[in-house]
Amino acid sequence: MSQLIRRTAAELADALAAGETTSVELTQAHLDRIGKIDGSADGRGIHAFLHVDAEGALAAAAAADERRAAGTPASALDGVPIAVKDVLATQGLPTTCGSKILEGWVPPYDATVVARLRQAGLPILGKTNMDEFAMGSSTEHSAYGPTRNPWDLSRIPGGSGGGSAAAVASFEAPLALGTDTGGSIRQPGAVTGTVGVKPTYGGVSRYGLVAMANSLDQVGPVTRSVLDSALLHEIIGGHDPRDSTSIDQPLPPLVESARQGAAGDLSGVRIGVVKELTGEGYQAGVQQRFDEAIALLVDAGAEVVEVSCPHFVHALATYYLIMPSEASSNLARFDAMRYGLRVGPAGVADPSAEQVMRASREAGFGDEVKRRIILGTYALSSGYYDAYYGQAQKVRTLISRDFEAAFGKVDVLASPTAPTTAFPIGDKIEDPLAMYLNDIATIPANLAGTPGISIPAGLAPEDGLPVGLQLLAPALADDRLYRVGAAAETLLEKQWGGPLLAQAPSLESSTAEEIR
Amino acid sequence: MPDISRAEVRHLADLARIDLSDAELDHLAPQLGVILDSIASIAQVAAEDIPPTSHAIALTNVFREDVVGECLSAEQALSGAPKQEQQRFLVPRILGDEQ
Repeated sequence: MSQLIRRTAAELADALAAGETTSVELTQAHLDRIGKIDGSADGRGIHAFLHVDAEGALAAAAAADERRAAGTPASALDGVPIAVKDVLATQGLPTTCGSKILEGWVPPYDATVVARLRQAGLPILGKTNMDEFAMGSSTEHSAYGPTRNPWDLSRIPGGSGGGSAAAVASFEAPLALGTDTGGSIRQPGAVTGTVGVKPTYGGVSRYGLVAMANSLDQVGPVTRSVLDSALLHEIIGGHDPRDSTSIDQPLPPLVESARQGAAGDLSGVRIGVVKELTGEGYQAGVQQRFDEAIALLVDAGAEVVEVSCPHFVHALATYYLIMPSEASSNLARFDAMRYGLRVGPAGVADPSAEQVMRASREAGFGDEVKRRIILGTYALSSGYYDAYYGQAQKVRTLISRDFEAAFGKVDVLASPTAPTTAFPIGDKIEDPLAMYLNDIATIPANLAGTPGISIPAGLAPEDGLPVGLQLLAPALADDRLYRVGAAAETLLEKQWGGPLLAQAPSLESSTAEEIR
Repeated sequence: MPDISRAEVRHLADLARIDLSDAELDHLAPQLGVILDSIASIAQVAAEDIPPTSHAIALTNVFREDVVGECLSAEQALSGAPKQEQQRFLVPRILGDEQ
């Protein structure tokens, strides 16, 4: 494996600026890596990508090199390639959302975040695998087969954004975009040893993001360092008139905060450990690495207290009413009329539009999507609306109030990102409730619209798999995540003697020697 | 909170315009029952006077100037259509059932 691709995006940008490499060279190096490890005839590849656009990426890279040569780079990351989750519209590139119902669909427009990547000069390597319509925590619900965890190919990479996390963790891409509705950026980050950020709701445009639950969805960075996430966040974030929920004010200084935090000094920072998001239900090694990370933050000068958010125990139930309700409405757009799969019912000579709609949705949607549509239809139906959806909206208020009270006492909250490390593929596929529990620590932030980050906290002693540390901040204070996250990263990497991913398997058996 | 019956799941799928096979109904109905059981506790949590939240970040109406902007051409808008004719979406017949 080329040593070039092991660098962070910030390091690659420095190398480009210094003329040590070109965007074409490093884009090709990532395409080569994808070619070697992403798919193989025996079906044991990472399978992070649903579509690779070598031609488009290399053309964008060549244009980036011309700008560098002319001394006019388009952004700090001009020429650094990126992978994009397949739920974001990319003009001219297939966008399937991991679903058969959108197989072969090519959007006629770019999502705002994708347009911003192009304007900033980042070559798009391809589209990454995901649970169908972002519904899942393992990427096993993709209609195109699961993605595998680079740390152990028999295990899940998290979800729904397992493709983006696995691509970044396996050095197929230095950067990726994910989306997070209940933890789909942060939980894959935790189980693959990568960094993932869910920005403040409204902080990054959702225009061109195929909606699962509009009031919860956010686009965010998937990277190998906190600084890289800040750099990417500044490129994709900020007001977009095409998204009516977009916040019309400037982003806080994210890159600056990450650089400040990297010095490792947390004097004066108050951190609250959420009582309800630790202890029972958390794997012993996850809890251990979390406690050790918190101790490091104390050593760095942070003041750590325990805080209680009593309504967080109801967050999962609240989420599993609000999210399916919104999803069932959103997915009504897949009606087989204007785009997507259209099939007729078997044995019907001249089917009506409604019969075609029913047959197409039956054939095009997978199990989990059907479960959630039916659940949402139930929660919204007359007679149940007040008892379910109405109640969930009230509990959502109580969860937001818990955050407000906690942030009256501390600057950031901390918890493990996920209750366990990566589980084996197939383990929870027939038990939806067990699958939903993966997001127990990440969901509260989506309900409250507050930002969150997951950074690697080490490997669980019992299974040698990555554990994530989650930090949560008040709405619009994403900069705090970068300051505290970068400090924790610096302190942890000092202990490990380098990035956690340096301990991951190389995946190219013939070159294993070169890495170790 | 009531358990969810097989017939109820069929009705809900019907409302959501999804043809479910018998095998799928057998599979999904018990799973949905378990999920509903686990979220039923929500009914007891919030007092009457707690206001509901639909969006975490307060929203106000957002307007823009009423000016002509860029939009998709007919060709682009139809580019993903399963069928098209004369620059229109061609759909199956919409009348004839239960009319």
